Amino acid sequence: MSKTYYDPADLRKFGKIAEWNEELGSKFFEYYGKVFEEGALSEREKSLIALAVSHVVQCPYCIDAYTKDGLQRGIAKEEMMEAVHVGAAIKSGATLVHGVQMMNKYDKLSM
Amino acid sequence: MATKSLTARNNDLSQTDKQLEILSNGIFKDGELPYFKDKIAETQQFPLKPKKLEILQINVGYMCNQVCSHCHVDAGPDRKEIMTRETMLQCLDVIRVTGAHTLDLTGGAPEMNPDFRWFVEEAAKAGIKDFIVRSNLTIIRANKKYHDLPEFFKKHKIHVISSMPYYKREKTDKQRGDGVFDKSIKALQMLNDVGYAQEGTGLKLDLVYNPSGAYLPSNQEEMERDFKLALKEDFDIDFGNLFAITNLPISRFLEYLIASDNYEDYMYALVEAYNPAAVAGVMCTNTISISWDGWLYDCDFNQMLNLKVASKIQHIKEYNEAILQKRDIIISQHCYGCTAGAGSSCQGTVA
Repeated sequence: MSKTYYDPADLRKFGKIAEWNEELGSKFFEYYGKVFEEGALSEREKSLIALAVSHVVQCPYCIDAYTKDGLQRGIAKEEMMEAVHVGAAIKSGATLVHGVQMMNKYDKLSM
Repeated sequence: MATKSLTARNNDLSQTDKQLEILSNGIFKDGELPYFKDKIAETQQFPLKPKKLEILQINVGYMCNQVCSHCHVDAGPDRKEIMTRETMLQCLDVIRVTGAHTLDLTGGAPEMNPDFRWFVEEAAKAGIKDFIVRSNLTIIRANKKYHDLPEFFKKHKIHVISSMPYYKREKTDKQRGDGVFDKSIKALQMLNDVGYAQEGTGLKLDLVYNPSGAYLPSNQEEMERDFKLALKEDFDIDFGNLFAITNLPISRFLEYLIASDNYEDYMYALVEAYNPAAVAGVMCTNTISISWDGWLYDCDFNQMLNLKVASKIQHIKEYNEAILQKRDIIISQHCYGCTAGAGSSCQGTVA
């Protein structure tokens, strides 16, 4: 057992999750693969969305995977960082918009 | 970026047996990843055999004006291995009898061989139809004596294939050295000016893209589209095709992979991207590679690993195509570099 929660080498073992539940595992990977195929959005756009979401959900495996994917696609680091900011903006916005709830509650409780 | 070759630094990896040991041990010996031999055997493609010979690729020397960090040749200004005129004469004898239609000159910077122009002229007389010169571009700007290379290329209708790792300065310079981008742009403009990649001239200019790091190239067509748009818009440069070439885990790129702790992940990525359909088109099946000192190899990569052809004919002085064509092609784990994804060869993707 690794003494840390995350081991970068575990990323390449991702496929092994299907070994303990073949049906659900393979359904997931089939779905995953399909999601990232070119559709109404290009594969490039999907890669940048995945990178932003990876940061928001703070998944180190996903960050490794989609940084590399972006490099392979020739996505510039400026584009990658902007995508991360989009994720961060939504996340901080999600925090701050709750400020309205706080204000409402404050006003309701105050005379 | 390295400033000296592995050879000049006496680095362990300048010994080819050391590189082959790394490529066969570790994750492969432990059974984590399959040997290339076993992988191609799954689709009955082992042993790998030559098909019709089309290309003679001659490496006229390892000397180069650049020391690129990914170079599989370990080329550089400190490399003194240069093909002599005597060996070139032996090559010309082969050119007169070969069934190959294309002569592919590489290096190092092939233009730095003092007999380069003489050799091209003699090979033209010997009846080669298609000439390829793999130019690093900056050589054209490196010294006054090379400034007229575009005219020379044009005169002999040489198909110029040039390395251009990216259409932006930063990545190019990081991989190939400071100032390389600006010099390459200037050289491309000079080639365009004499008619290369211009309609109606028939002068072919293609670019080679290889990733600036431990990742695989993406879709060749998409990359070509991006390169074309950017180079046209920013520098008014035209070119024909973009060849996306995968970096093979040998020589200085292997050094980089190990030093940056990317070796295992990179090998995993190559094996994961293995495409059995790419095996049929790998360049070792239609090419013979000749080294500066006249030895014969299945490809330029095998040359750099000192893996001579598995044939009783191993040197150009005893060249016999009929016997050579019966050989088995020598493979090792570096070959995964040519079969990943859409495949990779000196002419770009293969599948």
